[in-house]
Amino acid sequence: MRIALFITCFNDTLFPDTGKAVVHLLERLGHTVEFPPSQTCCGQMHFNTGYRPEAMPLVAGFVRTFGGYDAVVTPSASCAGMVRDSHPVLADQYGDDQLRREVGELVPKVHEFTEFLTDVLGVTDVGAAFPHRVAYHPTCHSLRGLRLGDRPERLLRAVRGLELVDLERPDSCCGFGGTFAVKNADTSAAMLADKTGEVTSTGADVLCAADNSCLMHIGGGLSRQGSAVRTMHLAEILASTEGDPR
Amino acid sequence: MSGTMDGRGVVFLGSPAFPDAARTALADTRLRTNLRRATTTIRDKRLQVTGELDDWEDLRAAGEAVKRRTLRHLDVHLLRLEESVTRAGGVVHWAADAAEANRIVTELVRATGGRDDETREVVKIKSMATQEIGLNEALAEAGIAAYETDLAELIVQLADDRPSHILVPAIHLGRAEIRDLFATEMARWGRPAPEGLTDDPAALAEAARLHLREKFLRAKVAVSGANFACADTGTVAVVESEGNGRMCLTLPETLITVMGIEKVLPSWRDLEVFLQLLPRSSTGERMNPYTSMWTGVTPGDGPRAFHLVLLDNGRSDTLADTVGRQALNCIRCSACLNVCPVYERTGGHAYGSVYPGPIGAVLTPQLVGVEHAASLPFASTLCGACYDACPVKINIPEVLTHLRAEVVEAKRAGRRLPSPEALAMKAATAVLVSPARLGYAQRAAALGGRALARRGRIGRLPGPFRGWSDSRDTPAPPTESFRTWWRKNREGEQG
Ligand code: SF4
Repeated sequence: MRIALFITCFNDTLFPDTGKAVVHLLERLGHTVEFPPSQTCCGQMHFNTGYRPEAMPLVAGFVRTFGGYDAVVTPSASCAGMVRDSHPVLADQYGDDQLRREVGELVPKVHEFTEFLTDVLGVTDVGAAFPHRVAYHPTCHSLRGLRLGDRPERLLRAVRGLELVDLERPDSCCGFGGTFAVKNADTSAAMLADKTGEVTSTGADVLCAADNSCLMHIGGGLSRQGSAVRTMHLAEILASTEGDPR
Repeated sequence: MSGTMDGRGVVFLGSPAFPDAARTALADTRLRTNLRRATTTIRDKRLQVTGELDDWEDLRAAGEAVKRRTLRHLDVHLLRLEESVTRAGGVVHWAADAAEANRIVTELVRATGGRDDETREVVKIKSMATQEIGLNEALAEAGIAAYETDLAELIVQLADDRPSHILVPAIHLGRAEIRDLFATEMARWGRPAPEGLTDDPAALAEAARLHLREKFLRAKVAVSGANFACADTGTVAVVESEGNGRMCLTLPETLITVMGIEKVLPSWRDLEVFLQLLPRSSTGERMNPYTSMWTGVTPGDGPRAFHLVLLDNGRSDTLADTVGRQALNCIRCSACLNVCPVYERTGGHAYGSVYPGPIGAVLTPQLVGVEHAASLPFASTLCGACYDACPVKINIPEVLTHLRAEVVEAKRAGRRLPSPEALAMKAATAVLVSPARLGYAQRAAALGGRALARRGRIGRLPGPFRGWSDSRDTPAPPTESFRTWWRKNREGEQG
């Protein structure tokens, strides 16, 4: 199986450790991962802010880059959701027949990282060790967009030494929402304040999720409050082992 | 405060854009406490009663299917409804917009017989359609007093305030505030509140009951909305919790119903789906305490004259949009408001519209035109909670992004120079179409970020990002992007 990593422009620039974790973990599980260097961005920011024509070259680029692989894995629930739900919408609205067909063929091969582990590779115990108190925040795109269900928790429960603690109101949005956090900064801050309060009250050392964007937002709030809670992408926890702890 | 309306009446004149209106609401801690408590309670009740039905998802699918099918041939169903209502002794009026609907209702009230003082007042059942057209204000201008008889609407009317919620219009007010309102304002409208009124809910309800009873017994004309109307039988249905609606629907001599054209259902049988979906989604009850249905007029029973005003007011335009038209499926249950994290913090007034919350964010811009409510499609994080809760499966996030694109296109068409945001988006595309340019940008960001950062974190930012950085730190970009790491560490291996 030829597996391509779609790191996403956001992780590539700000959270390279998440990409390294995905690579290390998949290699540890015996797979070879390729990183097509022509990849950039799925166009989510453009699409969600209303700039659809501007997203089109990115949709076309995505298809060109990943068209030849058996599986595309991405450590971002929101970007996976963008490809799955919105690339077909854009291709329908602005694309030609060929693009529509190519998007249609590629979409089923694009997997969010935890889906890829559980559904495609069929593993829940990835041999990780992470002796910390961890809270998992189901981001809106993992919960309601992709319907990841309990896949992330199943993976986390199999990690040695990890104590999983529950968030109060886990299904409530953290208030990030991409450009929402800039356009409606005050409302976003009010939502963030509730979320950081709920995180702190769990007594967790680490907050993890399947989206670095939401984690950056929540982590930014925690950091501003001087909290010691660390935020980490779930892939980094799963990549951690006794011999190579994170 | 409640008076001025704009355009088709749906938005309040001079309302600030959502982010500014939200700021005011967010600063009100009592409002936020009231909202959180109320929405959490209804939300939990809804989950409980929808969870106990095995076929809840099937019901949702059925509700959606009926609505979609009806909208596809709306003209046919409306003509059938007109025919059925007429056959049953009612009179149907067509209103293209708010002004026309108000004119029709005003003339109908004036035309009712009797002495002047009897015809100068009407009792009203809570109705979104009459709020949308600003009927109370139009009647007041014509010298006709309109009395709201729904408890929460009465509270809002006494406060000279606007409703903050579709179903719980006074959700933003606490018990003590309501007591004070009753004590000071009731006398102005009719029977005063009893001496020594407390803020005990039962005492408040009793005060409202006594106050309203006078109105029910005196009024000759009632105005209602409609939850549903069946095209095959001409039956109109209103569901409610307090029984005040039933009083309005049966006691007066003339009944005038104002109904949005999307409320029609093809047949009586369709009610079985919606009478299950609506109460469970809205108040978290298994059934509505009061369900009133009437078909034209019946001699010796109920009103002697029945008028049905069919209101368009932007709905035909909405129907023409194949993505946006699903907003017309809405049965006004308010489940989407109760689960919306944005609504929970800001309340309904911030939306500056008769329709607040997620449904308001998609319906309002369509009814009045996106350029008149341009900030509303952006008043959402696209978290999707509304879509999951909606009993008729309106894909609100889908319509939101669709309308965002329309807002952007409308702005593009309206100005000769692109906005700063449009320039930034264009620039972002220019960088993102090229991996090499993205690499440059990453190195520049890493350098710039490190210059701004302290201990790996960036504090306050300038320009449009100031709002963001008021309450969060931003991580400094790492020295090495993933693609650089890959080139150094893996590319050799793969050759
Ligand atoms: S959009 Fe759906 S959830 Fe919201 S009020 Fe309408 S029917 Fe209810």
